[in-house]
Amino acid sequence: MNNFFRKFYYGDIPEESAGDASQKNLKVSPIAGDAAEPTDWPLWEIFIRSKQGLDHKHVGSLHAADAKMAIENARDVYTRRMEGVSIWVVESKHIHSSNPDDAENFYEPAEDKVYRHPTFYDLPDEVKHM
Amino acid sequence: MSVQELERIFQGKIDDEIKIEPKDWMPEKYRQTLIRQVSQHAHSEIVGMLPEGNWITRAPSLKRKAILLAKVQDEAGHGLYLYSATETLGVTRELTINDLHSGKAKYSSIFNYPTLTWADIGAIGWLVDGAAILNQVMLTRTSYGPYARAMVRICKEESFHQRQGFEILLVLSTGSKEQKEMCQDAINRWWWPSLMMFGPHDSESTHSDQSMKWKIKRKSNDELRQSFVDMIAEQVKVLGMTLPDPKLKWNDERGHYDFGEIDWEEFWNVVKGNGPCNRERLEARRRAWENGQWVREAAAAYSEKRKGRAEAA
Repeated sequence: MNNFFRKFYYGDIPEESAGDASQKNLKVSPIAGDAAEPTDWPLWEIFIRSKQGLDHKHVGSLHAADAKMAIENARDVYTRRMEGVSIWVVESKHIHSSNPDDAENFYEPAEDKVYRHPTFYDLPDEVKHM
Repeated sequence: MSVQELERIFQGKIDDEIKIEPKDWMPEKYRQTLIRQVSQHAHSEIVGMLPEGNWITRAPSLKRKAILLAKVQDEAGHGLYLYSATETLGVTRELTINDLHSGKAKYSSIFNYPTLTWADIGAIGWLVDGAAILNQVMLTRTSYGPYARAMVRICKEESFHQRQGFEILLVLSTGSKEQKEMCQDAINRWWWPSLMMFGPHDSESTHSDQSMKWKIKRKSNDELRQSFVDMIAEQVKVLGMTLPDPKLKWNDERGHYDFGEIDWEEFWNVVKGNGPCNRERLEARRRAWENGQWVREAAAAYSEKRKGRAEAA
């Protein structure tokens, strides 16, 4: 079954194309032929706080040689209209994630616990402010 | 689980309007279709910078220069959002860009037409971006999550593009005789290529059926083209200009404008690489890539050096 699952996503691109710019394993472009140019700069995930008091939120990704360049490029790409007051960047290869194939089992324990929600409790109308 | 079973679950999600995310199982053809479509879209944004960038230094005022610069910068950003979305499908950025440079991947044919006068910048904003927006608004609801999210971002930024274009033409349309003529001339030249942007008729489009079933596309080429014609046919009146189509006429019965037939021979000719600027555009992209090589190498070397220093310390 695993043959059908090719799990690539922002934080989970395959090893050979992730990693830092200094990797020894230089890729040869299949189209440009023997132009043994180093592969893309590493991929970074960008998180932006749109204003003070709010969480940083994932907005997208970009390639950059290092963290400083990633932050500067993120400013140019994701905050051209003052969308942010703070930027976090993290190399994509450092992000781990849950597996969607396991989602059913993984989140199942929460399914039968409706008593965790306030609406589970039936109270008389006279009770105010609760 | 069998492939049939996986496909059934997949189609079930699509039918229930649940977005497909990169780690979810998807049919290989869905992935391939998206890689083709999203990367072409990305290439179009990047190549689309060329005809307009051509006018940045010659824009008629500082204000217009600043606006055009901002617009072209937006297009670069849009290209990036879309290249990132393509990468989530498991192809590297480098490979995607190589496919553009080798001519394997296509981009929107509209950018193979030249920008001859300043009015062309207005016509591009109004007509070309106008046509693109109709397509992109539809794509904010596409079934693949990363593509849909990129589209939301793009649509937010794109509406200024169309408005600034229309405003350029509006100013020209109230100007001197020469300026009015320039305005009409640009509309005449960009109208038909803009209609071609929506692609072949539904009866001929090779990708449409499956794309509709998978909700990659949600409206057909002809549907989108009709909304475009209806929209522009009204807006052109505000400019006091005309569209170069003698058959353009409101049809009360249909509730739409009727319009003439596109020159499909020209369409296919440009798609196949024989438009006025095909060679020039690709050449410019290849040159930019080659000339940027030392920058990419220098940045990688610098990063390496700093890492080495950090380890030594």
